[in-house]
Order: sequence, then C-alpha cells, then structure tokens
Amino acid sequence: MTDDPSTATFPGAQAPDRVRQVDSAGVGIEVYEWGDESAPPLMLAHGGFDFARTFDVFAPLLAAGGWRVVSWDQRGHGFSDHAALYSWDADIRDAVAVMDSTSLDPLPVVGHSKGGGILLQMAEVAPWRITRMVNLDGLPSGRKAPDVADHERTRMLADELASWLGHHRRTHELRRKPGTVEELAERRGSMNPRLTPEWLRYLAAIGTVASEDGHRWPIDPQLRFGGFGPFRPDWNLERLPGLAVPLLGVLSTIEEPMGWGTSFADVEPHLPPGARVLELADTGHFVHVERPQAIADLVLEFLG
Amino acid sequence: MTTATTTTLRHGKVELALHQLRGGDGRALLLLHGLGEASPTAVPPQVADAWPGPVHALDFTGHGASTVPSGGGYTAEFLMADADTALAHLGEVTVLGRGLGAYVGLMLAGARPEEVRGAILDDGPGLAGGGPRPMSAVLHRIDPAAPRPPDPYALAELSSDVRPPDYASTFVRQAVHLSGLDPCLAVAARVRPHWLDEVARQYGVVEEPLAAALTRFAAV
Repeated sequence: MTDDPSTATFPGAQAPDRVRQVDSAGVGIEVYEWGDESAPPLMLAHGGFDFARTFDVFAPLLAAGGWRVVSWDQRGHGFSDHAALYSWDADIRDAVAVMDSTSLDPLPVVGHSKGGGILLQMAEVAPWRITRMVNLDGLPSGRKAPDVADHERTRMLADELASWLGHHRRTHELRRKPGTVEELAERRGSMNPRLTPEWLRYLAAIGTVASEDGHRWPIDPQLRFGGFGPFRPDWNLERLPGLAVPLLGVLSTIEEPMGWGTSFADVEPHLPPGARVLELADTGHFVHVERPQAIADLVLEFLG
Repeated sequence: MTTATTTTLRHGKVELALHQLRGGDGRALLLLHGLGEASPTAVPPQVADAWPGPVHALDFTGHGASTVPSGGGYTAEFLMADADTALAHLGEVTVLGRGLGAYVGLMLAGARPEEVRGAILDDGPGLAGGGPRPMSAVLHRIDPAAPRPPDPYALAELSSDVRPPDYASTFVRQAVHLSGLDPCLAVAARVRPHWLDEVARQYGVVEEPLAAALTRFAAV
C-alpha cells in the first residue's frame, strides 16, 4: 500500500493514455483520454462532486471496444481550475470547449448523473454536435418534493438560505479537511455506501492532492451539496420528448445519497421516439462502477 | 461630487467594491444597481432628500469596480450572496434595488429578514430576467478578449435567468414571517414582469413611490 498516485492499482483500472488541458474562456479544464488517438471519439461526462478518473475502469472497456474516450474534470472538480462562478450553463460551455478541442464533427456522448443532465441540455442548445446519447442514472425525475406545510417550508428555506449565505461569507478562507488517503476514502464511502473500500481507496490515491498536513480532495470548497434556486427537475424532463438523437438510458433501482431516485414510470411518458431505457436490478447510482462490464457492453452495442 | 470611499470586500474568489456615497449616523441605505450598470458616484437626487442616513452602493460581480471573473456562470443567487457580503460589513440596512438589483434585493430581504429593514424594488435594467419559465435554452459563448465590466457573460446570463413567480413569492413570505416588519417590502417600480406582479400582490408588500417608501423605512 502506498500513497503515490502513480502506483495506485485496482483490478481493471487504467490511468488515462493522454492528459491535456483546454482553456474554456479563461478556466483551465483538465482533459483525459483513453484509447487509440485515431479511433472515433466519444465524450464521457462525470457527475456532480465526482471527477473524470472515476472512469478508470469503465473508460478502458469502451476504449477496448474501438473508441477514443474523452472525459474531463468539470470546473471546480478534480484537477480543473476552481472558478469564481458555477452554473449548468457554464458547465455546458466548458463541455463544448472540450468537444471543440476533440472534434468539430458530431459525436456520441455518455453522461453519468449530473453529467447526463448537462448533456441533455447540450442536446437542446447544440444539437448539431451530438449523434447518440447514453444517460447513466442521470435522467430527470418530475417528482415533487414531499409535501410540507407552508410555514414549515418557510422555516426550512430560511435555515437553508442562512446556511448557504453563511458558507459564501467564509468560502474564501475554506479548505477541504485534510487526512490520510485511508481517511479520505472512508469519508467518501459515506456518500458511496455501495462501493468497495478497495475502489474508494484507489479513488482517494489518484484523486487527492498531498500537502504538508495531509491529503485533500481538490474539489473547490465553494461547492456544496443541496442549495436552492428556481430550477425544477421537470424543466429538464421537458427536454426529453424533443431529443432528436437515439437515447439509451440506464436507471439504478437502489436509492443512494448522490442519486436522483428516478424510476422508469417517471420518465416513460416523456421519452422520445425509439428511446431505450433499462432499470438495473440491485444496482445503485454508480451503475458503471458497480457493473462496468455490463454497462460497457450495453453502451458498445448501442453505439454500434 | 465623487465617491467618498470605496471598500473592497471578499466573496469567494471575487473582490467586491462597496462605495460609501454619504456618511452619517443611523441605518445605512444600500443601493443595488441594475444589470450592466455600476454604482452611482453620488447619492441620486431622488434619494438624497428622502433618506436621512448614510448611503452605500455595491458593484455586483462582473460590474463596476468589482472583479470580472473568467468564464461566466452567473446566477441571481450568487449576486444575492454578493449583497449579503455587503450586509456582513454594514450590519442592518434598508435596501434599494434597481432592475436586477430589485430582484436581488427581494431575495436578500427574504434570506436575511432580521438584517434587512425594508427593501424597495424599483425599475431598472434587468428587471424581467428570462421570464417565469424556461424559454428555449441558448448557448452563450463569448470571446474573452476584453475582460472589462460589465462582463458580457453577466449580461447574457442574468437577462435569461428564470424567475418563477412562486419562487419570488417564497422570499416575500420569509421576509413577512421573519422580519417583524409590516410592510417589509415596497414596490416603487411601475413595470410589472411576472415575478414582480406576484410579489406586489402578496401580504406585507406595499406599492408606493420611491420617496414615500424611503421615508417609510427610514422611520422603522
């Protein structure tokens, strides 16, 4: 066991074949590639609070199927720059910048969780860039929040707002909590209860940065779970019926802290013609980590 | 008359310029400018006589003398946190917002009901935003050649952000329930985009001209 990221191993995991950086209007985006550089490219988008190298097992399986797999750390995540501002629109611009740096021809896209949501919006604003879409447990749910009395909701929102604003008042002095690789792996395990300690330890070894007082996840401390805003998930659901490219959707069936809890019944009325959506039994939100080979087989068959 | 003093405040990676336009005793009036604007360099004449105390004005992120960050990503909520940074510095204030600043002022009044002693929502650039529900989505990509305020990303993103009336009214309810003020919001704007139409109808909101609203909240 070692904390040197270059020697961290996990069965089936392969470091990217190439790493490069793309400038997205002044924000440096770290880009990773697996597979033959002359193979046809596909784009692979990670989820919120994740990073591209969580694809270290899944991406090589797609590369072995004949693809040049291109993924990137979203702004503030992994080894990309911390930005002053974060929004889905900005994430989509960054994704298009990575796409521009890869190919100006349309290509297939695969996204997990929030990455799948971003690609769905990209298909609306830049439909000429996409040929096929795979969504891994990132299809929106139109379900309303559980009903709570009005005054309760006011109090809850007030606390949430005060907490969010309090975070912003001190975000410039925040740093992620340091720890050993083992401790960081354990902490991540609380959000990823179904992933094995070995996998989490591998992620912590390749995905953290060492300094004098220990290792830290490099994700921008300005980013935090939850929050609020005018956005409703059903707005993203409304992007589905008009989607013009073939869609393969994969849904988990076991709810997890980072998952969206979307069921087939939620999305079925909104699916575009010809879409194929599968529910995977006994599988949590990280479908491609729990079942890399099965998901890769599905994707490769769908991409043809 | 020029700006008396400017204080630089930190919000995340952004440095915000807070201008003191007039000193004095008592609660401050905090001016929030409209989309694409910057703080005025002097107390506006329509404010000067009606407000007795100190007057401060904040340049939002990407505007005036505040930082223009790289790569956009603006939300009205981030600007609310800009205004909250000024609040942390000034203590209790009454807020006067123009256009986009009116929407941000409403949010701040709901989010910090104990510290905002009245908010006045006035006409100005960026009052409507992107409307009550999503329009067709667009991809704004801007050549970053000239990073000077106002940030073109701010202009693009904060003129198309969705402002659902029921979202706006949750901030009104919070201000009403938790501020102890009645009324706690004054609509001086004559224009009524959907969100503001809904706000103006809520309990605890008064519609009156700017001078009357300033006098009302100065007496609180």
